[in-house]
Amino acid sequence: MAASPSLLGEQFSYDLAHLIGATVLMAGFQLLYQRRLFAVLNTFAFQALALAAAAAWQAHIQHAPHLYVTAVIALVFKALIVPFALHWLVEKLGIHKNVETAMSIGWTMMAGVALVALSILLVLPVTANAAALTRESLALAMSVVLLGLLMMITRHNAVTQVVGFMALENGLILAAVSAKGMPLVVEISVAFSVLVAMTLFGIFFFRIRERFDTLDLADLETYRGDRE
Amino acid sequence: MLIAAALSALLALAVLGVVAGAEMWRHRLVYFCCMIASLALLLSGVKHLGQTPGTGPAIVLPIGLPWMAAHFRLDNLSALFMVVVNLASAAASAYGIGYCSHLPEPRRVTPFYPLFLFGMNAVLIADDAFMFLVAWEFMSLASWLLVLADHKNAENRRAAFIYLVMACFGTFCLLTCFGLMAGGEGGYSFPAMRAARLEPVAGFLVVLMALLGAGSKAGLVPLHAWLPLAHPAAPSHVSALMSGVMTKVALYGLIRILFDLHAQVQWAWGAAIMVIGGITAVLGVLYAILQDDLKKLLAYSTVENIGVAVIGLGLAIAFKASGEKTLAALALVAGLYHMVNHSLFKTLWFLSAGAVITATGQRDLGKLGGLAKRMPWNGVAALVGAVAIAALPPLNGFVSEWLIFQSLFKGPSLPHWAMKFGVPVVGAMLALAAALAAACFVRAYGIVFLGRPRSREAAEAHQVPLTMRWTVAFLALLCVVLGAIPVTVTDALSHVVTPLTGVQFAVSADLGWPWLSPVSSTRGSYSGTVLVMTGVALCAITLMLVRAFGTTRLRRADAWDCGHQEDIPESQYTGQSFSQPLRRVFCSSLFSVRESVDMPEPGDNRPAELQVRVVDPVWVGLYANIGRVVDFFADLVNRIQFLTVRRYLLMMFTTLVFMLLVVAVRQSR
Repeated sequence: MAASPSLLGEQFSYDLAHLIGATVLMAGFQLLYQRRLFAVLNTFAFQALALAAAAAWQAHIQHAPHLYVTAVIALVFKALIVPFALHWLVEKLGIHKNVETAMSIGWTMMAGVALVALSILLVLPVTANAAALTRESLALAMSVVLLGLLMMITRHNAVTQVVGFMALENGLILAAVSAKGMPLVVEISVAFSVLVAMTLFGIFFFRIRERFDTLDLADLETYRGDRE
Repeated sequence: MLIAAALSALLALAVLGVVAGAEMWRHRLVYFCCMIASLALLLSGVKHLGQTPGTGPAIVLPIGLPWMAAHFRLDNLSALFMVVVNLASAAASAYGIGYCSHLPEPRRVTPFYPLFLFGMNAVLIADDAFMFLVAWEFMSLASWLLVLADHKNAENRRAAFIYLVMACFGTFCLLTCFGLMAGGEGGYSFPAMRAARLEPVAGFLVVLMALLGAGSKAGLVPLHAWLPLAHPAAPSHVSALMSGVMTKVALYGLIRILFDLHAQVQWAWGAAIMVIGGITAVLGVLYAILQDDLKKLLAYSTVENIGVAVIGLGLAIAFKASGEKTLAALALVAGLYHMVNHSLFKTLWFLSAGAVITATGQRDLGKLGGLAKRMPWNGVAALVGAVAIAALPPLNGFVSEWLIFQSLFKGPSLPHWAMKFGVPVVGAMLALAAALAAACFVRAYGIVFLGRPRSREAAEAHQVPLTMRWTVAFLALLCVVLGAIPVTVTDALSHVVTPLTGVQFAVSADLGWPWLSPVSSTRGSYSGTVLVMTGVALCAITLMLVRAFGTTRLRRADAWDCGHQEDIPESQYTGQSFSQPLRRVFCSSLFSVRESVDMPEPGDNRPAELQVRVVDPVWVGLYANIGRVVDFFADLVNRIQFLTVRRYLLMMFTTLVFMLLVVAVRQSR
């Protein structure tokens, strides 16, 4: 890498980073309108792939080799292992392959658009002094986080909720890699991956379906002791 | 040093109380040691009161919050209350030596009793807000545990619950009060608060919160609701301390805040406090007259006496704010005198009630009677106590109420029209309360100790153990002594009020010992000493005359049958019948008293029934409504507990989005 990047190089690195971040966000939107469970998993794998690309690109332009570790984790764990594990789980447990929505897809998409607008409105003025790249990426990352949350609350199925949580986490990691000089990025991504893995194992080992014949969370509540 | 040793001994005794187990002698030992510790504290209090310049050394201990050490100091005011508290504590502890074996579960009482004493004493010597509140809560919680001692009774559990709620409310108010006085810099030590000058609004809130916080503990109407429930529920020696002493600790808090820490209280507050005191006194004694439960009667009488003392405090504030410092000192001395007196005679009566309950197992007036003959010690002591409570000369109760009246009579000299008109009204209230209190204790003493037994248990009553008799006798003696040497007492109290009102003042200044002449010698003077000596002399002369000139011949005549010809106890006056005229006159509108007679049909041989329905206006009007509102909101909040996981997420999500929106809107402006 040259000691002083040219103006063109800077513009290019900004554009590419922007593009990759926007791809992550688009994948977040895509997650919202999938009606089939496998499609959700595939879209999530695609989002993780984009995240890995974003991390790798940031590692390159920030000269921060440790971000490559994050990229590898995202690639191997999130884009490969987790989707395959979930595939296998869904097959094995014979879960309904439809996504059960609590809110119609059109409304969900509109809410998503509103959330993106909100995060742009919010982040851009707050970070007025930061570098342009950081500002854009932070706005994108925050949108991804909010979309993940939205997915968690508008879907009934446990698998889609886990996916929503992981999408949210993707947004956090995107924010972490975009801010220059952010400490403990790798550690954060490792920690989140462990958390997700434990959730998946939990779903598997408890074999929710065997006991309750469904993965719908509403049916869990009868066993919490609160409801008759 | 003595204080520190005694206080740590009390803490150690609590541990000993826990391990006492079923062995009764260990419980007795704990009470005996409590008595010794109380006596030590009493001694140090008296010793401090004797010295003229009022402030003891400040002691700083490195305990409590990490950035704040604990400050302690003994000044004249704390020393006075230390004497009050520990005099009664020593008596109650001595009483406990004999009484503990009659309790259903002494193991539920003994460990907490020393803690209760510790809490009360620690409140008195605390010199920063943090220690004060901790000690205050210590006192509240220890007494709460003692109220719960007989927890199998559902009524006691309810009483304890209401007490706990009110104690939390009171401490919350005091916390706010101290927080306001500490200000933004957090000057939580009392010297810093004395130096602080508050904004008018903050000053208003400080007085209001102090009144709510300390007033709820002292039992001012309408915050008294817990008191007549909780005080009787505890074992009798604890009831005696709660009623006789803990209410005084509450008033100590009030005096400490309103006269010392936040000394710039406006006269209107003094007027308000005075009126609250008057209402408390009248309502308290009316409640007391309606009670058939001996201990409840005593608890309501406590409410009345607190009202009387608070009238003195309110007057003192009004005088002080108007610049009449001598009169302020007089009113404050009168109020403090009444507190000292009440701690004695109320302790005496509660201990007597405990003896009655031990001897008969009854506390219903309708089941007692004729105990003066079977329990002569308690009979005489309770008579002295009743005379003192009824404010009859030459006993101590008269002196303090007389002094309060004397200061009330000077009220119209204040420049404010509200005071000119308000003071006579409060004076009338006080007079009414005093007269009703006399009626109330004629009833209490007459029904319990005179007449014939109204139940088999009362007829078979036995003497109680020696320590239980001695302590009441000792307290009765003190009532007489404090009535006989009023000048000595007021001189000691003058030392206490000098730093609070900023004026050197002696009630006896005009005529000198032994005459009290509060305003001037021409307006009124009183000497208990002379009165007692005259009374004794007259008795002696009469006795001599009777012996010298009276006939010694034996005469025979029919005994007077006191108006009931048949020898059945039911034909005597009962507690209900004694209070009926007063109930009809005073309570028919205030308490919505309704009497209904259920007559059987001719030929039906069941007895006729007289039913009396009493509605407590404060409970129905205030507490029941508050309870309903709290229930309503609790129901609303309760629904949140049974949502689905997704709904919880939704709530978090909407909160987050809302916050983000707020941030976005704020920064765009």
